Amino acid sequence: MGVTLSVHADAGRRRIEELLQENEEPVFKRWLEIAGSSSSGHVDRGSLIGQLRELYQAVHQSLGESSDSSDLRGLLAELSRSRARQGFTPTETATVVFGLKEALYEVVENDGSPEALRGFVWFSRVIDELGLFTMESYAAAREKIIIDQAEQLLELSTPVVKLWEGIVAVPLVGTLDSARTQVVMEKLLQTLVDTGSEHAVIDITGVPAVDTQVAQHLLKTVVAARLMGAECVISGIRPQIAHTIVTLGIEFGDIVTKASLADALAHALRQSGIEFVKHRGTRIAVRTVEE
Amino acid sequence: MDRVPVLKLGDILIVSIQIDLQDQSVLALQEDLADQVVATGARGVIIDITAVEIVDSFIGRMLATIAAISRMLDAETVVVGMRPAVAITLVELGLSLGGVRTALNLEKGVALLNHLDGAQIVTAAQ
Repeated sequence: MGVTLSVHADAGRRRIEELLQENEEPVFKRWLEIAGSSSSGHVDRGSLIGQLRELYQAVHQSLGESSDSSDLRGLLAELSRSRARQGFTPTETATVVFGLKEALYEVVENDGSPEALRGFVWFSRVIDELGLFTMESYAAAREKIIIDQAEQLLELSTPVVKLWEGIVAVPLVGTLDSARTQVVMEKLLQTLVDTGSEHAVIDITGVPAVDTQVAQHLLKTVVAARLMGAECVISGIRPQIAHTIVTLGIEFGDIVTKASLADALAHALRQSGIEFVKHRGTRIAVRTVEE
Repeated sequence: MDRVPVLKLGDILIVSIQIDLQDQSVLALQEDLADQVVATGARGVIIDITAVEIVDSFIGRMLATIAAISRMLDAETVVVGMRPAVAITLVELGLSLGGVRTALNLEKGVALLNHLDGAQIVTAAQ
């Protein structure tokens, strides 16, 4: 029984192959129509024709005696990757592959022979597999884009700026989590070493909320800086955040906290022995007090 | 066994740790340092750990012990040149090295000790 089936299947497979070869132009045209209409507006027709032509050849080749589908899979992976990057929807991407089934069906119907119909069932399964493979590649490409962007965001959001000779500041913007705090901490400490700064200001004006975890991260950073021989000031604590911190019972100990970045800078300047003197004019003079 | 040399600069003793510390060498260092502080009447001890890349709770305890010994002998201890990764590790281990002063590098450490000396004299004068 199994033998007969496989013979039938082989016959169907050969028939499909012949049909694909004999009716290359009409099938291809119909496929192009289906694929084009599904993703209208996004794609330029010339490149779509090129892509489909290559795919068609690869499909035909993979059905042949060698049944080598690595070329085909490579092309499909490339197609899904580029479509994921260009912002196509999953449906639009998948329809390109499934369109071939529909295009071929019309030819099979005209042919009408049992071999062709049996072969079409087999061909349909092959296309389904390819469709799934396309979706997998598409999802993987999307995943990679998201990971890359998260990394870029991490780097973008943690600048260390120099306010004065020996004073650096980190303006924190956005929610703090463990990964971000780790990056901020390492960058700040490295900057302290590189610039030989003894004072650092961590400004949390842009942090929307402070909970016990965020406070814990901040305290760790301050203690680490202290271990290296630098003093940290935390600034930009808004009234409601101060309220939250007190309500949560978080103890900042002997860590200096200031309401605004300006206050923190003034504190750091005073600590490093720099004094501001206002003269009668509008200019402000600065002098350093020798210790 | 490797011994860590203790260098004298004015009334400051400088210890630069550049090897992987074993228990034996740490004990030897503590003895040497105590002897030297007494012998020279040093006012300050600077421990330079610029070259230390890996720390554990053992090193953390060593630093605290040296600071305690020195304070008994009326010398202030300053740990200088701690790397960011080392500082983060110590914080994660829960060691905040209470009672140990720190500075970014050797130069700032020396300046800190001189500054402290000046402050002490001022207090005495008052």
